[in-house]
Amino acid sequence: MGNLEASPLFLLVSILAPILAGLVLLCGSRFSVNSMRALSVFGFGLPLMIGIMLYGLFDPSLAGEYNFELRLPTGLESIGIYLHLGLNGISMPLFLLAGMVGLAAGLYAMNSKAERLHLYLALLLFMLGGLMGTFASIDVFFFYFFHEFALIPTFLMIGIWGGAGRRVAAIEMTIYLTLGALLSLLGLIALYVQSGVDSFSLLELRNYLSSQALTETVQNNIFALLLFGFGILVSLFPFHSWAPKGYSVAPTGAAMLHAGVLKKFGLYGLLQIAAPLLPLGAEHWFPWIVWLALGNIILIGLVTMAQKDLKMMLGYSSVMHMGYAFLGIACFSVVGVGGALLMMVAHGLSVALLFMLSTCVYHRSLTFDLSSMGGLATKAPVLAGFFVAATMASIGLPGFGNFWGEFTIFVALAETDMTKWIVAPAAIGIVISAIYGLRAVSNIFFGQAKESFKERLESGQITDLQPFEKLPACLLIGGLLLTGIFPRIISDDANRELAVLYPHEQSNLTVTESVISPAEADAPKEVAH
Amino acid sequence: MNELLIEFLGGFTKTNQWSTILPEIMLGVLALALLGAEMALPKNKQTLIPRLAIWGQVIVLLFVIACIGWCNVGESEYFSGLIIQNDMTQIMRAFFLVSSIVVCYFGQIYLSKQSLPKTEFYALVLIIAAAMMLLVQSANFVMLFVALETVTVAFYVLVAYSRSSQFSLESGLKYLILGALSSGILLFGIVLLYGIAGSPELMGSSRDSLNYNELANFITLNTNNPIGVDNMIVKIGALLVVAGICFKIGAVPFQIWVPDVYQGAPTPVTAYLAVASKAAGFIVLIQLLHGPFISLKEFLVPVLSVIAVATILFGNVAAVTQRNVKRLMGLSGIAHAGYLLVGVIASLYVPWAVYAVIFYLVTYLLASFAVFGVMSLAADADDANQELDHYENFARKRPFLGGILVCGLGSLAGIPPLGGFIGKLFLFVAAFQAGLYGLLGISVLGVVISIYYYFAWIRECYFSAPSSAVVEDASGGTTLGDRILLGALIVATVVIGLLPAALPIIR
Repeated sequence: MGNLEASPLFLLVSILAPILAGLVLLCGSRFSVNSMRALSVFGFGLPLMIGIMLYGLFDPSLAGEYNFELRLPTGLESIGIYLHLGLNGISMPLFLLAGMVGLAAGLYAMNSKAERLHLYLALLLFMLGGLMGTFASIDVFFFYFFHEFALIPTFLMIGIWGGAGRRVAAIEMTIYLTLGALLSLLGLIALYVQSGVDSFSLLELRNYLSSQALTETVQNNIFALLLFGFGILVSLFPFHSWAPKGYSVAPTGAAMLHAGVLKKFGLYGLLQIAAPLLPLGAEHWFPWIVWLALGNIILIGLVTMAQKDLKMMLGYSSVMHMGYAFLGIACFSVVGVGGALLMMVAHGLSVALLFMLSTCVYHRSLTFDLSSMGGLATKAPVLAGFFVAATMASIGLPGFGNFWGEFTIFVALAETDMTKWIVAPAAIGIVISAIYGLRAVSNIFFGQAKESFKERLESGQITDLQPFEKLPACLLIGGLLLTGIFPRIISDDANRELAVLYPHEQSNLTVTESVISPAEADAPKEVAH
Repeated sequence: MNELLIEFLGGFTKTNQWSTILPEIMLGVLALALLGAEMALPKNKQTLIPRLAIWGQVIVLLFVIACIGWCNVGESEYFSGLIIQNDMTQIMRAFFLVSSIVVCYFGQIYLSKQSLPKTEFYALVLIIAAAMMLLVQSANFVMLFVALETVTVAFYVLVAYSRSSQFSLESGLKYLILGALSSGILLFGIVLLYGIAGSPELMGSSRDSLNYNELANFITLNTNNPIGVDNMIVKIGALLVVAGICFKIGAVPFQIWVPDVYQGAPTPVTAYLAVASKAAGFIVLIQLLHGPFISLKEFLVPVLSVIAVATILFGNVAAVTQRNVKRLMGLSGIAHAGYLLVGVIASLYVPWAVYAVIFYLVTYLLASFAVFGVMSLAADADDANQELDHYENFARKRPFLGGILVCGLGSLAGIPPLGGFIGKLFLFVAAFQAGLYGLLGISVLGVVISIYYYFAWIRECYFSAPSSAVVEDASGGTTLGDRILLGALIVATVVIGLLPAALPIIR
């Protein structure tokens, strides 16, 4: 531990640096473009640098504890709230995800032609600061606090820089998300009050509840609050209607950060807080999660197929893929939850990339309407290459992180007799996402250009990806390939942590080989080699 | 009777307790001095009067704060039990002074746009502040009623202050009639309690039955008591007193005056009504529920719960349809009164909830005054006519005020990292600990609805399509003083949101 003494402070810096950079930008309407860029590179880049550095310093022997713990008073000690930061095997990958998507969104936004760019960048930086804080919080209160902190810029960005229909979409999204957030806040307060431990610290709550669990009714009720509260935030069917509308009008940076990272907040809350602390509640609500998640996968999958607007399609597809993550959590085993975690990271990267590329497509075609494009690959082959890769990743092609996520979730589902049947309907979803993904690719990039688009395509105004677009795209694709080829960089630490959080699995499972922990989750990797 | 009077008067002549209400006396003297100054000062020096009012109050405020710092009063009784001072009343004194200072400042902005007499405004604001400070310290129904009437009568004048405006006159009339009605109800309740508690044949009857402690003693002995045949009168009396207070805080079903009066009254007066008058009502309610009516808990809690539910739902739902921002603030203020009532009910089970209520009031003061300040500055000569459309593109025309407005509304909506969020958090935690799950559910529903109208306002400011005729008048009509005051309110809101310990209320 000796050489780690300074690292907790880095955690604080990773939250404060973007916020401070944002504050400076907020006052800097007269800054030159270059100084604005320098400042935002600093603000967007530092969290990722710190994340990578902390990943290097991460001490895996502390499973069940937190690395880089930092505890500061805030004046709420009387009700047990501290600014308590730290990372464990589950939050580390998401912390890195936030840094990576944040940097990509920032790099892209810096070169966008948004009006009042300093304000736009400042809001993105605030959002990033909130995201880093969310995943670095051990204190449940701050976990919630940072999430809300990141949510407000989203609303403002959609309202100010959004596309047509932004006024309605921004309000709808805000009301929906506030409802979800307040329900989960009630759940968290309930957890605090009912446990009687007088602390909002996740560690203390966990230690206390493992020695004396809550009664079943209480667990069921609190889990319901958390499930539906977090569920609304993750667009669990049927509470998803805000997501496609919101994303379709949101400016690129906001959509990337929200769909890619902020939405994972709810899933993270379920797998880090709700399920481990309330095992009986999770068991009780298991059928609900499964059926609603299947609703996400199949019903929303079918809706996605019917979309004609590229951004609406991406919005719906991101809703759909959340279903897999819910199924993984519903398995309630190390493999399933680990798969959900991998899925969250990979999906975050791929959806952010897709949202960014869809804007690149828009700048060339001046439309999101899938039926009035075509043949773009002839003029923009690099863009086409990236787009195809991102679509493949999101379908779940081997080689990208999404594959391992979905694969492990299926393995976990097949593990027990009770959940075996789910594999079949869930697999239909893969087919569905292949259909709409490939159809979108062919509509945009291949075939004959439609009448309205032909003229523009042949006028020579269309260029391929510019360096400023390539850079963030490469960053995100790099992340996807990294998790696809070496899923171990996430799964090793996560498994150690999950084995502590989900210990009851061994006794519950009917299968005789109960050594599913690290070895099993890594098994698919061998196949890939 | 004579002996009682002699004993009573002897109580305060023998000891010199006047110093304990020195801040109130200073305010009264200042109010009179302002009126004198108007006569004495030449025409071109009249602008000194608002400054005198504001700086005079600042001195009193510093004095009160120093008192809080120096002498830990604990709980002490003065004037033969007319007045009780404790930590809470000291905090509330500072609270009312801060609000009257801010209201005087807004009054200056408002009056500069109108051709109305100026000095009386400040004098009345000062008198109201003094009376509210006495109100929260009173421990006797006579004191309560006198202080409350002083507040109410001065408000009659202030609400109708804009004599040339129909709206103002209409709202003045409405406030007069309904205010008088509520005073009547309150008085009737007091008389019932006085009569029954003074009946010598009943257990625990007292000659001084208007005193909170004596009354508490009497009610405790006579409720849930098999031979206590007069329960009903005690209950009716308590109910009427609570109803009278509910008028002041604008709780359903006594909220009917709120939108009209808030719209018609000059904006600074609206702010004063919304913040200080409401806060005074809540503190009195808490004192009554924890004092004389403590034994009626089982009876009053269901009543108050029903009122709280109706208040939250009515306030929020009615505010959704409003296009006039003054009415909107009035109706959303009703909703806030509902959340506060939940806190008051919770305080009967978990004592620290009292401080959660006060904390909420402070965050509400900061945020509301910021919003009302922007409204005062944004208003044109017709003060009652402040429609939402008026705020179209507001953030482009006046970026500073737009920023203040967003932060103020965000805090009212309860969004982190602003103070309003912490206020709501405390209330929710307290309600949870008290086991008020139903009320919590309704509160959450209310907060979600409130997002709609608060954000609709923000949307109007920020998200309107930029019209070509946008005129950049960034500093038009905003002086350095306005910026400092509004900026300070928002900075305080943010600091409290990030570091709740900055407000030493919850320990």
